[in-house]
Amino acid sequence: MEETIAQFGTQWFGAAWPSLWLVIWTLVKIVAIVAPLLLAVAYLTYFERKVIGFMQVRMGPNRVGPLGLLQPIADGLKLLFKEIIFPSWADKKVFVIAPMLAFAPALAVWAVVPFNDALVLANIDASLLYILAISSMSVYGVVLAGWSSNSKYAFLGAMRAAAQIVSYEIAMGFALIVVLMISGSLNLTDIVHAQQKGWFADRGLAFLSWNWLPLLPLFVVYFVSGVAETNRAPFDVAEGESEIVAGFHVDYSGMAFAVFFLAEYTEMILVAVLTSLLFLGGWSAPFGGLPDSAWWLVGKTCFMLFFFLWFRATFPRYRYDHIMRLGWKVFIPLTVVWIFVVGIWMLSPWNIWK
Amino acid sequence: MRALKHFFRSFALWELLKGMAVTGRHFFVRKITVRYPEEKTPMSFRFRGLHALRRYPDGEERCIACKLCEAICPAKAITIELAERDDGSRRTTQYDIDLTKCIFCGFCEEACPVEAIVETRIHEYHGESRSDLYYTKEKLLANGDRYAAIIEADKALDAKYR
Repeated sequence: MEETIAQFGTQWFGAAWPSLWLVIWTLVKIVAIVAPLLLAVAYLTYFERKVIGFMQVRMGPNRVGPLGLLQPIADGLKLLFKEIIFPSWADKKVFVIAPMLAFAPALAVWAVVPFNDALVLANIDASLLYILAISSMSVYGVVLAGWSSNSKYAFLGAMRAAAQIVSYEIAMGFALIVVLMISGSLNLTDIVHAQQKGWFADRGLAFLSWNWLPLLPLFVVYFVSGVAETNRAPFDVAEGESEIVAGFHVDYSGMAFAVFFLAEYTEMILVAVLTSLLFLGGWSAPFGGLPDSAWWLVGKTCFMLFFFLWFRATFPRYRYDHIMRLGWKVFIPLTVVWIFVVGIWMLSPWNIWK
Repeated sequence: MRALKHFFRSFALWELLKGMAVTGRHFFVRKITVRYPEEKTPMSFRFRGLHALRRYPDGEERCIACKLCEAICPAKAITIELAERDDGSRRTTQYDIDLTKCIFCGFCEEACPVEAIVETRIHEYHGESRSDLYYTKEKLLANGDRYAAIIEADKALDAKYR
């Protein structure tokens, strides 16, 4: 198969073929990641409505298709055909670019996410650093959307979102530093491999060797910061309906709005995947004897995503100054202290991460 | 001591876990949603829905144009014109109910001395323009003919309370 394509390619394009083939093959891989991802995003919105509905003793969407399974497709079509309205005093160029700036980083991050030992688009050494760098870019989309709409509500929402994302990035970074310390690598594949060995893993209880148990407080801090980073309930003051209507995307309609929506949900999935990779052992099986598989990663991601929805169904929105207090006065000191605790632990004779 | 307890409780996220336990429990509770077009809630035989004008068993219309319903209607939704018919009886020439004005209070039904105007339990009707919801005498009589069985059954159920 590959030889036939190579032969055919050299025949038509000559010496340029190998580099051309690299581009084509990479594009194919990108599509293979992005297409299922967008499908997952669509169905995450469905499951969000379904789960929240169930927790409120309702049915959730159940009209479009069997069990309402076609609902996200109907929603997508509706948004696709709606007009994108430009506010008359909006900065048009920035207004158009903003949703793309929010969405592109959310997708770009997936380049370095490994799905199993071999299945990764770019297995770069500093993949965790890359993720931190790219995912914080998405705040530009939010800020520019709020700015270009030329509306007080949008601007307030953008300011809140920006401050919140920046504050929680620090706690998130500190939590990740500890993970780096114990796995000794910035590469996500190596971080997962580091979790596969340990006292419990040797005795067939691999899930107790994963990072979540020894780093339990950081696991919680990381996940809560992740919820705050993605502006999800209970930290969704950036789009608090009762105060500033819909925050930074009040003035967006149709597909431009949908792109913000997609970005938010892609980031949700990303935070869930990262939590599973960093703290829940990625694709490794929870018990010895079971095969490692990308499906474990999918399962763990779904488990973490369920928590996102569960939080949203349970907690009322935080007040804005409480969010800032939690980020700066609780999470940052907590994680800094924990860095020292783990550091001393690693230097002590009881170090379990040798 | 209390401060210490509070400290540990807040760091163990105790209150939050309690809240999540509540929603988590409700996730598995039987859902109370009524899936409307397939399932319906029980409805009273006194339900006040679409209006109808009734007839006597011999086919003669009941309404004698006494205008009591028009007089009592708080929304002034009823318009009645009358004339003497060839046989000397008093009948309406026009009996209109504007359903966009009607508040479905049922006073017209209560006021009627001959039980001509009734409100049926039919509530699943619609109009695509305002004029579709302007019910003339013909339409009201047609309603009465079409839903005669339902109206009689509801009247029979209500009879023992009157």
